[in-house]
Amino acid sequence: MSDKIEKHRDGMIIKDKNSTAKMEVEINEVKTEGDYKKCPVYIYHDWCKKCGICVEFCPTGALASKPDGSPYVKAPEKCIHCELCDRLCPDFAITGAKR
Amino acid sequence: MKIPQKRVHKFLRHGKKFPHVWCPGCSNGIVLGAIIRAVDELGYEKDDMAMVSGIGCSSRMPVYVDFNTLHTLHGRALAYATGVKMVKPEMNVCVVTGDGDSTAIGGNHLIHAARRNIDLTVIVINNNIYGMTGGQYSPTTPTGDFATTTPYGNIDPVFDICKLAEGAGATFVARTTAYHVVEAQSIIKQAFEHKGFSIVEIVSACPVIYGKLNKKGDAPAMMRDMKERAIPVKAFEKLTPEQVGNKYSRGILVNIKKPEYTAEYTKLMDSLQPQKGDK
Ligand SMILES: Cc1ncc(C[n+]2csc(CCOP(=O)(O)OP(=O)(O)O)c2C)c(N)n1
Ligand code: SF4
Ligand code: SF4
Ligand code: SF4
Repeated sequence: MSDKIEKHRDGMIIKDKNSTAKMEVEINEVKTEGDYKKCPVYIYHDWCKKCGICVEFCPTGALASKPDGSPYVKAPEKCIHCELCDRLCPDFAITGAKR
Repeated sequence: MKIPQKRVHKFLRHGKKFPHVWCPGCSNGIVLGAIIRAVDELGYEKDDMAMVSGIGCSSRMPVYVDFNTLHTLHGRALAYATGVKMVKPEMNVCVVTGDGDSTAIGGNHLIHAARRNIDLTVIVINNNIYGMTGGQYSPTTPTGDFATTTPYGNIDPVFDICKLAEGAGATFVARTTAYHVVEAQSIIKQAFEHKGFSIVEIVSACPVIYGKLNKKGDAPAMMRDMKERAIPVKAFEKLTPEQVGNKYSRGILVNIKKPEYTAEYTKLMDSLQPQKGDK
């Protein structure tokens, strides 16, 4: 469990390193405005169950599925931060909220 | 630079194992998100809330949220919730229940809680089947549909949860779907604020059992179906019987005022206190 994750997600307080091993989340490295533009939507792949709901209902087509079903941000410039993917994801595994 | 945080993380119990236990695409998680957002929007603290449930996939919900929580017996959530509310009338008591939990084994509790108009908010996650035990039919399994206990098709007519609750005396009745999350959040919010018995039926997808048994496709397909079939209540009322077909209404169906049970009880208790001059 790296500190990076603790820092990046203050909503997610990770105390017990052993019991939360499964909670480790993959997060895009975002340091600059440019990074954010490149990736305005965050997908926590460790929580994602590849159901395809976010990709199906994203109104702008910013998201797409990889062959294994996991979502990725195909067209970052298209995201309008409607938060629909965020609200419709049953696994709390994606956020399209404005920063 | 600040990274966007999901508001839901504030209320999730991070000591619990995530990802949660529900199957891929199951609507339970979407409903949980909508409830949490409604609570957040109302500005309630974690301690202002009590979430009570029975047994079922949907009833596992309290495990994951950091409110006061009770995970009780199959069908009996409303009995426990009534107890909590009577002792702590200032607490927002929310019952999360499945269609089987609330209308089959717990049907009696449902109608009597509605009749008393006790200030509880009941969120019924209606996935048309018993998910947890592998797919037995429930009182809301549509006639003709398949379940493990109706291998040749269900011949039972269905319960309309909203009509049932209205008939029993509920003072706030609404229906929405997991697809209409924004509406769901706003309705749940109004249900929390309502003084009296409020019930919100959320039409949900169980893609892994109900969906598979009835060839409804994957989770996105089942949610597209909700999008097409759920009609806002005003527009729904204008439809002719032929146009209605398999469509159903969504929105707030009943919102009236009646004396609330814990308030009446307090009044009664106050009136029974010894008065000055009593011997
Ligand atoms: C007294 C009792 N009877 C039966 C059961 C078995 N049981 C567990 S969950 C369940 C059905 C749950 O269905 P539903 O309420 O629709 O919830 P879902 O799993 O679909 O969300 C049953 C019959 C039980 N746990 N306790
Ligand atoms: S926030 Fe809206 S536009 Fe952006 S990826 Fe999510 S659903 Fe698509
Ligand atoms: S909706 Fe959530 S769980 Fe489903 S594919 Fe998208 S990110 Fe993954
Ligand atoms: S069995 Fe159905 S209701 Fe239960 S978690 Fe799976 S999809 Fe959801």
